[in-house]
Amino acid sequence: MSKLLLVGRLALRGLRGRPAQAALLLLAITAASATLTMALVLHGVTSHPYARTRAATNGPDIVALLGQGGVTVGPGPKGRPPKGGSAGGPHGPQGSVAQIEAQATGLIHAHGVTAHSGPFEEAGAVLKVRGLAVSIQVEGRGQARAGVDQPKLTAGSWVRPGGIVLERAFGGALGVSVGDRITLDGRPFTVAGLAVTAAETPYPNLCFTGGCNTGIPGDQQLEGHGAGLGWVTQPDVRVLAAADGPESAAYVLNLKLSDPASAPAFIRAYYRGHPQGGPVNLLSWQSIATGDALLVTDEQQVLTPGAWLLGLLAMASVAVLVAGRMSERTRRVGLLKAVGGTPGLVAIALLAENLILAVAAAVAGLVIGRLAAPLIASPGAGLVGTPGAPSLTLSIAGQVIAVSLIVALAATLVPAIRAARTSTVGALADAARPPRRRATLIKLAARLPVPLLFGLRLVARRPRRAVLGAASIAVTVTGLVAVVAFHDLAGQKRLGAAAGLGDPIASRDEQMLLVLTVALVTLAALNAIVTAWATVLDARHSTALARALGASPRQVSAGLATAQVIPALPGAIVGVPLGIGLFAAASGAGHVVVPPAWWLAGIVLATLVVVAGLTSIPARIGTRSPVAAVLGQEA
Amino acid sequence: MTETMLRARDLCRQYGRDDSLVRAVDHVDLDVAAGETLAVMGPSGCGKSTLLHLLGGLDRASAGELWVAGQRIDQMSERGLAAIRRSGVGFVFQAFHLMDELTAVENIELPLLLAARPARTARRRAVQLLDQIGLADRARHLPSQLSGGQQQRVAIARALANEPLIVLADEPTGNLDSEATLEVLRLFESLHDAGQTLVVVTHDARIAATADRLISMRDGAFIDETRLTGGTTGSLGALAGLEG
Repeated sequence: MSKLLLVGRLALRGLRGRPAQAALLLLAITAASATLTMALVLHGVTSHPYARTRAATNGPDIVALLGQGGVTVGPGPKGRPPKGGSAGGPHGPQGSVAQIEAQATGLIHAHGVTAHSGPFEEAGAVLKVRGLAVSIQVEGRGQARAGVDQPKLTAGSWVRPGGIVLERAFGGALGVSVGDRITLDGRPFTVAGLAVTAAETPYPNLCFTGGCNTGIPGDQQLEGHGAGLGWVTQPDVRVLAAADGPESAAYVLNLKLSDPASAPAFIRAYYRGHPQGGPVNLLSWQSIATGDALLVTDEQQVLTPGAWLLGLLAMASVAVLVAGRMSERTRRVGLLKAVGGTPGLVAIALLAENLILAVAAAVAGLVIGRLAAPLIASPGAGLVGTPGAPSLTLSIAGQVIAVSLIVALAATLVPAIRAARTSTVGALADAARPPRRRATLIKLAARLPVPLLFGLRLVARRPRRAVLGAASIAVTVTGLVAVVAFHDLAGQKRLGAAAGLGDPIASRDEQMLLVLTVALVTLAALNAIVTAWATVLDARHSTALARALGASPRQVSAGLATAQVIPALPGAIVGVPLGIGLFAAASGAGHVVVPPAWWLAGIVLATLVVVAGLTSIPARIGTRSPVAAVLGQEA
Repeated sequence: MTETMLRARDLCRQYGRDDSLVRAVDHVDLDVAAGETLAVMGPSGCGKSTLLHLLGGLDRASAGELWVAGQRIDQMSERGLAAIRRSGVGFVFQAFHLMDELTAVENIELPLLLAARPARTARRRAVQLLDQIGLADRARHLPSQLSGGQQQRVAIARALANEPLIVLADEPTGNLDSEATLEVLRLFESLHDAGQTLVVVTHDARIAATADRLISMRDGAFIDETRLTGGTTGSLGALAGLEG
């Protein structure tokens, strides 16, 4: 118990003695733990808004698409080609109206079905407004309220002749409001209202998850865009559908089951009973809910690797800071040992300081992450209600604290053990750890200009620090390249981008990436400065001696900055393929996105310039000390 | 007329202010002729090392004027002082101050590389100097593998690398045993014979006795000056009391 008290007291005194270093450590680990907390607590936050929307609209348990074999991919909902697209999906060719009626009757009377609405006729059209041309799927509805899936109006009124109700997220992306004039296939319509539905994933995922195929011959401009959803009167939809011919007839049938949870089983049973398939495509409410969560799922895909990158950077920061602290503690270690402290006690006392900081940073990160999560957990405009409060469970808290402790432990263990093994006499004499000798580098440096000579020799003195510096830059460049790859892909594939529409998912991802990039760059900048300062302190004697032998302060400070740039170069180069790989893994794009070469070269060069600029500050400060004072001569 | 290699007028170096004011060097006038060996003696803390740092441009004077080989350096920029230290002055320190990770030959070639000499030329000169100091067989030894005397001889070779106008030595034998002290003294003797200007700060009377001139310092000021007629021309070891 007394030993525990002693360790605690020593750790706290140690922290108080170096408040600036402690604050830096705290900042580095807090950034990583807060990001990790946000990524973890976002699980399931959209389930509440989807449930609210489903309740408010009496959402269906099964949505049946009749008349064409729509493309359904993965967990997403239907991907209905708006006009004549994708004829013949997984369940056969388009059917006649009689066939569709038979299919609908079969479904309505199937075992377990308790209620239905529809079938409602559908038509694909091109919506034009203010110079934008976007594909839209419109559903014909009556004036009366449907028993199942009655979209909930959030603005304006329900459908009327010549009046269209737009899905709210789609309307938001178009920038239209109630009363605005649009055209559908050239026919004028007025926006009567905006509504949400639980029977369809909001814009832009109508197209995103199901694959996208506008099917409009020759209209390459629209290919690959996210389609929107709207509701018009039944006579209006008939007019729009008539232009496509009877073979393109398509209907939506909404079904309620006695056991909503059995919707996936119902679909499997239906397909087993209809092995020949047919013009029917069924979607469960669970898969629609999954599609609704894509907005937040994407955020998690950004935040999770971002948290790991920040964690790695934090580890590099901690390692550099801890190594610096340890070198200043040599005498303290000697004193502890001289009064009877065992090597184990010494190591634990040194470890305790950083573990206390790690726990404090984890708690701060948990609080910040928990407070910040609701800001990014908005389910988007396609659902009603606020997201469920992100839940900070014991499991999440445990994971965050464990990661923080691992970061601190991984960075501290080696220096702590090394300090504990130092001989008591040597530690009391405060002897600096002898530098490493790298004969090849020393020989090579002799042939280089003075700043490079210094830089290379300083790198050779402390290879572990150089590796940490390189790792820190590699992690930062990895993050930056992943961000650039995202922008490159987003520029090519953004849903609705060519039509001038915003993509809410990409926009949210961009916001997340911006925050992560700022955090990464800030931590990396701190790392660069701290590493440079550690180098300045460690090389104080060597640089003073070099000045005594005739090196100018500019040569010395350039050499110190070069010592940071030399490891940064391989770090930056390695970060490029790592960033491309990280993006490929995190995005699930299924293929490698390589941003333009000049972007990548720009990142590497800019990184080196920033490192040189940042490290020149401590380097210059370090060369201001009088040579005589540093060399410890008699005054 | 003999050329004046070092000239100081009213040279001062002060630390602190008011009650805590310390006059480390207090209104010192000094002339050192080319080829002369000057010894500066005094108790610890009398300011002799500070004086040496001022003479070599390692520290800046609070007041006064200072010339090295006719070039005024007390108002020179740090860059200019670096150039003086690179080619005009060679330092020998009590604690040797060799770079631990560099071998003997690499330590000696360092000032040559700083003076932008080609690597091959620098290595050739360093090897030549090692040979002169009798440590050719220790070229690839690290400082930790050399005795104190050998380390100081390497430090002296390093000070001579760029053929400086003046060599300033601060307690060069302060950390050495008798035998090593003798080795260093012999080296200084050969430098003196070669016409090298030398300023040696010491508190060891035996070392001072080898100089052409001896200045005694106390509380930052010169209190006595003696011209030693014997210089280093006699049997150095016997003169210094190091040989039987």
